[in-house]
Amino acid sequence: MSADTEPAGPIIEIGGKVADAADQRLGISKYLKNNINKLFPDHWSFMLGEIALYSFIVLLLTGTYLALFFKPSMTEVIYHGSYVPLNGVRMSEAYASTLDISFDVRGGLLMRQVHHWSALLFVAAISVHLFRVFFTGAFRKPRELNWLIGVGLLTLAILEGFAGYSLPDDLLSGTGLRIAQGIIQSIPVVGTYASFLVFGGPFPGTSFIPRLYIVHVLLVPGILLALITAHLMMIWYQKHTQYPGPGRTEKNVVGYRLFPIYTAKAGGFFFIVFGVTVILGAIASINPVWMFGPYTPTEVTAGSQPDWYIGWLDGALRVMPNVEFSAWGHTLSINVLFPALIMPGILFTLLGLYPFIEQWVTGDRREHNLLDRPRNVPTRTGLGAMAITFYVLLWIGGGNDIIATHFSLSINEITWALRVTLIVLPPIVFVITRRFCLALQRRDRDKLLHGYETGTIVRLPSGEFIELHAPVSEEERAKLLAGVRYQPIALDTTPDENGVAPKVTLLDRARARMSAFYFGEQVAKPTAEELDHGAHHSAELAAGYARQLEAYENGHPNGSGSDGHPNGSHDGAADGHAGESAEEGRVIEASPRPTQH
Amino acid sequence: MTDVEDPGDGHPVPGSQVEPVGAHGTPDIPESRLPVHHPRRTDIDPRAARRVERQVSLLFVIGILTPIAFWLEYVYIPRDKVINVPVIGPTSASNFFLGLTMGIGLFCVGAGAIHWAKKLMPDVEEVADRHPFRGTDEDRATAVQLFEEGTENSGFLRYKMIRRTLIGALAATPLFALPLLKDLGPMPGNFLRYTLWKKGERIVTDVSYQPLRAVDIPIGGLVSCVPASLPAEQDASGNQNEAAKSPVILVRMRPAEIKKQQGANWDYEGILCYSKICTHVGCPTALYEQKTHQLLCPCHQSTFDLSDAGRVIFGPAARAMPQLPITVDSEGYLVAQSDFHQPVGPSFWERG
Repeated sequence: MSADTEPAGPIIEIGGKVADAADQRLGISKYLKNNINKLFPDHWSFMLGEIALYSFIVLLLTGTYLALFFKPSMTEVIYHGSYVPLNGVRMSEAYASTLDISFDVRGGLLMRQVHHWSALLFVAAISVHLFRVFFTGAFRKPRELNWLIGVGLLTLAILEGFAGYSLPDDLLSGTGLRIAQGIIQSIPVVGTYASFLVFGGPFPGTSFIPRLYIVHVLLVPGILLALITAHLMMIWYQKHTQYPGPGRTEKNVVGYRLFPIYTAKAGGFFFIVFGVTVILGAIASINPVWMFGPYTPTEVTAGSQPDWYIGWLDGALRVMPNVEFSAWGHTLSINVLFPALIMPGILFTLLGLYPFIEQWVTGDRREHNLLDRPRNVPTRTGLGAMAITFYVLLWIGGGNDIIATHFSLSINEITWALRVTLIVLPPIVFVITRRFCLALQRRDRDKLLHGYETGTIVRLPSGEFIELHAPVSEEERAKLLAGVRYQPIALDTTPDENGVAPKVTLLDRARARMSAFYFGEQVAKPTAEELDHGAHHSAELAAGYARQLEAYENGHPNGSGSDGHPNGSHDGAADGHAGESAEEGRVIEASPRPTQH
Repeated sequence: MTDVEDPGDGHPVPGSQVEPVGAHGTPDIPESRLPVHHPRRTDIDPRAARRVERQVSLLFVIGILTPIAFWLEYVYIPRDKVINVPVIGPTSASNFFLGLTMGIGLFCVGAGAIHWAKKLMPDVEEVADRHPFRGTDEDRATAVQLFEEGTENSGFLRYKMIRRTLIGALAATPLFALPLLKDLGPMPGNFLRYTLWKKGERIVTDVSYQPLRAVDIPIGGLVSCVPASLPAEQDASGNQNEAAKSPVILVRMRPAEIKKQQGANWDYEGILCYSKICTHVGCPTALYEQKTHQLLCPCHQSTFDLSDAGRVIFGPAARAMPQLPITVDSEGYLVAQSDFHQPVGPSFWERG
């Protein structure tokens, strides 16, 4: 610390008075005493959720500013603002006021662009944060409820983003709304009525922008704010999860204090996120609505693209085959209904239910505060990779026209390729990812038993080359040893004392089968005995080599041969592997075995 | 099959099919210790700490100066000044400088705080215990007892009639909302079935509203059109509702190229008139390939063959593009023979 540090007299004095006053009325000292030294574990991936939180704050700030100037009205006006190319054009007040914000309000365009960039970042950060939580198993007990809140936040964030970029009433956003209206209209039985109620009559009407506005600035942000608060309170109360590592257990939390370290780090990170989005707003044009023109249902721009987080839904609409049924005076548009409503509905439901499904399959209802390394849960990791593949393919589908024009490909071929790959590729990715995880597990086991490869090649006096292995550090060891290996749940068919076999329901069978699928293959973790043996063996080998070398340097090339230790090529190789070949990649069998209860 | 509940003490549950959860998941391997802390340069060298102090302060000074620069830029850079920035191209000077100044200022404040935290604040990790969330058996028993007492005091279980009517009343409350929401919009009625097109309605170009004669449309050409009465209707209604249904496109091909139409003699000398609104989800279709007579919707790439009764040849749309029968009036201008013979635009439940 610097030598000229002096007590900051007046600040301490005033702060002390305020604190004293607050404590006498609210008892804040009790709260501070318990919380100011709260520990949070440190990892870069824990900052993803922070980015989402900070983008939300930036959205509130910039959004409030924009609301001071934006007129959410579809009343038609003739534009006479600063943007000359649209002078005298008929447009809605919403669009005209967006032009005013962009051209006549100083800093208005900046706030608009920062708002839009933050929105893109908000959904992106939530999505990547979700991946982190999924692949590390952070959703497990006791955090299932927070997972559900997270899924709710993601859904609302997507809706909020769509509502936001639909407000300016430009040609692009109006086209998006037209699509949304077509989707609502496709709902069986109530669709037409729902559309007329939502739009205040036929599309586009004059009611929708004002209605969407209140949804965008009050209803959804209000719910978002409430859910974010609940999300954070739960993290606070349940304490953050941590990655496995030295000294970290299920029963402790290892990290730095909230005050001052995270106050500075997280507070500073807010400024960095804010700063980066403002720089983006300065240098990267986003949603230049003046180039699209005002919305009219008779026109459209080629290459219409939604914001990135709507891309997968648009892609689903694009690649869906044209199935439609018409009978008894009614039309059922599966071609719209399925990709736009049913498929996302199923996916989000599965996403929300995943923690409960996994819990049921594993039978593990214990608390988990140590995160999984994705490789240690190959099936979950495979399922996640499969879902991401599906999503990315749909997302590519959303840009099929752009891909076709940029790479001179046939749009029909791209669409057909996607229709096939959407079904074929995700399972392939699942299998490959699972194999990768198992291979990584094997590598971990290998490292634990034989140490890591040092890259140092030594030539022994006998002429053979060996690579020296060194035991992994204690930190590495703690990390590699983390994680639980499960046995599949087996059907309980053991007869009771009267020789009557227990009743096995269909659900039991399904669960056993799913459990076998889930834990079908995994590489056994070394036991303490194996670790000891491995360490002992390595040490022995090392000692053997050392003796050989020493003997060689002393002029007795075969000096070590007599003690029965490695000078044959077989044993030399054993340093790497062969010695433990029996356990090498030992795989726990998938077949459900009866177990005792 | 029994699930494994939390034993609460880290020990395996009898009959558990899962290994116990310890630090390593393996109880016989001793738990690891926290790694040894290596002091940073700033911990041992006061000069290094002073250097970091200066760096952090410099970042904060930028945070003080940038708002001042921002003010000056706000006042002195004209709103409409456009500058050419390398890579970015022509851009608003005001937006560029205001944003850059503000962004850099905010970034530096953040970077300063983090630099300070990482270099000068303690970097020794500490350990705290987690506490079980579950209440003790005693807590639970007390809670249950208090709840039962309250229930008993309220008489909720005793007074059956109160209980049932209360549940009924609560279930009925949302019914207040339904009629209130009803006036959000009118009933659809026949609105989706009819358009402004009628017998003798002139076909005029979109935007400029010029009537067209057959000679105005070359072979291979495409013209976006609307009914002649649309502008007046739009002025009167103040909305674009009719504009969302009535746009059409006129295309002309050699009569021999027309394989099929939706009705006999619905063309006029090879001029065909189709709805412009996609039968998928209602985007205006606009991309036409004259050689193949294919009309492509830019939103989801549904492709219609206009030489073959507007048939769908690719994409998610399920129905052919509706055709409008046309002819010419006494002055030789293109007019509709009638309204569309089917609803235009996306499908809906009552469409039939």
